[in-house]
Amino acid sequence: MAQLRLPENSRIKRNGKVHKAPAGATNVRTFKVYRYDPSAGDNPRVDTFEVDMDSCGPMVLDALIKIKNEIDPSLTFRRSCREGICGSCAMNIDGTNTLACTKSCGDVKGEVKIYPLPHMPVVKDLVPDLTQFYAQYASVKPWLQSRTPAPPDRERLQAPEEQEKIDRPSACILCACCSTSCPSYWWNGDRYLGPAALLAAYRWIIDSRDDATGERLDALEDPFRLYRCHTIMNCTEACPKDLNPAKAIAEIKLMMAEREHA
Amino acid sequence: MSLRSPLGKVLGRGSAKQGVSHWWMQRVTSIALIPLTLWFAYQVVHLPTANYDEVRAWVASGFTPVWLLLFIGAVAWHSSLGVQVVIEDYIPNKAAKVSALLASTFLHIVVVVAGSYAVLRIAFTTFSAG
Repeated sequence: MAQLRLPENSRIKRNGKVHKAPAGATNVRTFKVYRYDPSAGDNPRVDTFEVDMDSCGPMVLDALIKIKNEIDPSLTFRRSCREGICGSCAMNIDGTNTLACTKSCGDVKGEVKIYPLPHMPVVKDLVPDLTQFYAQYASVKPWLQSRTPAPPDRERLQAPEEQEKIDRPSACILCACCSTSCPSYWWNGDRYLGPAALLAAYRWIIDSRDDATGERLDALEDPFRLYRCHTIMNCTEACPKDLNPAKAIAEIKLMMAEREHA
Repeated sequence: MSLRSPLGKVLGRGSAKQGVSHWWMQRVTSIALIPLTLWFAYQVVHLPTANYDEVRAWVASGFTPVWLLLFIGAVAWHSSLGVQVVIEDYIPNKAAKVSALLASTFLHIVVVVAGSYAVLRIAFTTFSAG
């Protein structure tokens, strides 16, 4: 069977620390945060932080930064733009993969549970190892491949409707929310490319300036690389940019069927 | 522990350049199963009150053996494709995976041959007797 239980050293121990809210705080929210420090030799644990929301910004990332600044400086997470365009602060909040910077604490009922992206090796706390994810992105050759020389005096032209087709897929920020929400990617992530890489592949397959459509389809036509997608749709559900990787994958499958049958 | 590059690991042995036929036949068989299943369900609803001889007569009547054979074939083909995917998804151990794939393939072939044999035997026995 697929490995359904975590390995012994990855299971969460019930020895999380509790950080109480400061006396006099009236608007307190509780944050349960996954903690793992590889150098400590301990199993992961879940720490409890009570945060005074009267002196905290509205987003989950604001709360994490406040915790790091004022309560526990060892809390480790990635963040950069704080406006949903860099994709660094992707994590599992309240059971859903999303960006901490665009997720409002007000949208979560009760305790705010924060875990790293699911089923990835954890570097520390909320930081997953995305090496394989990035390699999968690189494997689809996410750049223009053309045998047509570019016009000497201008850029390669596209009709407005051709540009429109790649508008949305190009908006992917590679946060990995989609791929790490996909059960097929959990079980076979070493061979299935995952929704993010396939959306990137689709973006170049339908690019009117690209001449490598056939080679791109050839490279994807594989029972594992592409066809491990079982249309579960978690990817589209999770995408914080409202993109539709599931539809892109379905379109790739259709293009392949068409070139063989229609 | 391997020092192979992450990209090298992802690229692995390259694309199998295969997969459309599996995807296509899964859809072809599912479309075929819509009318076949409706026909089969409609027929079966009328059978509980029938006795042994009446059921045998039904199997042998008119085009029933043809539809039954088509139904058996489409179900087994569709099931074989589906079970194959489930095995590939959930059994990472190579020896166990190949064994399970073999077992599934053989089982589905046995079901088709045994089912077809039963239908044909009833059809031809009744025909020659009647």
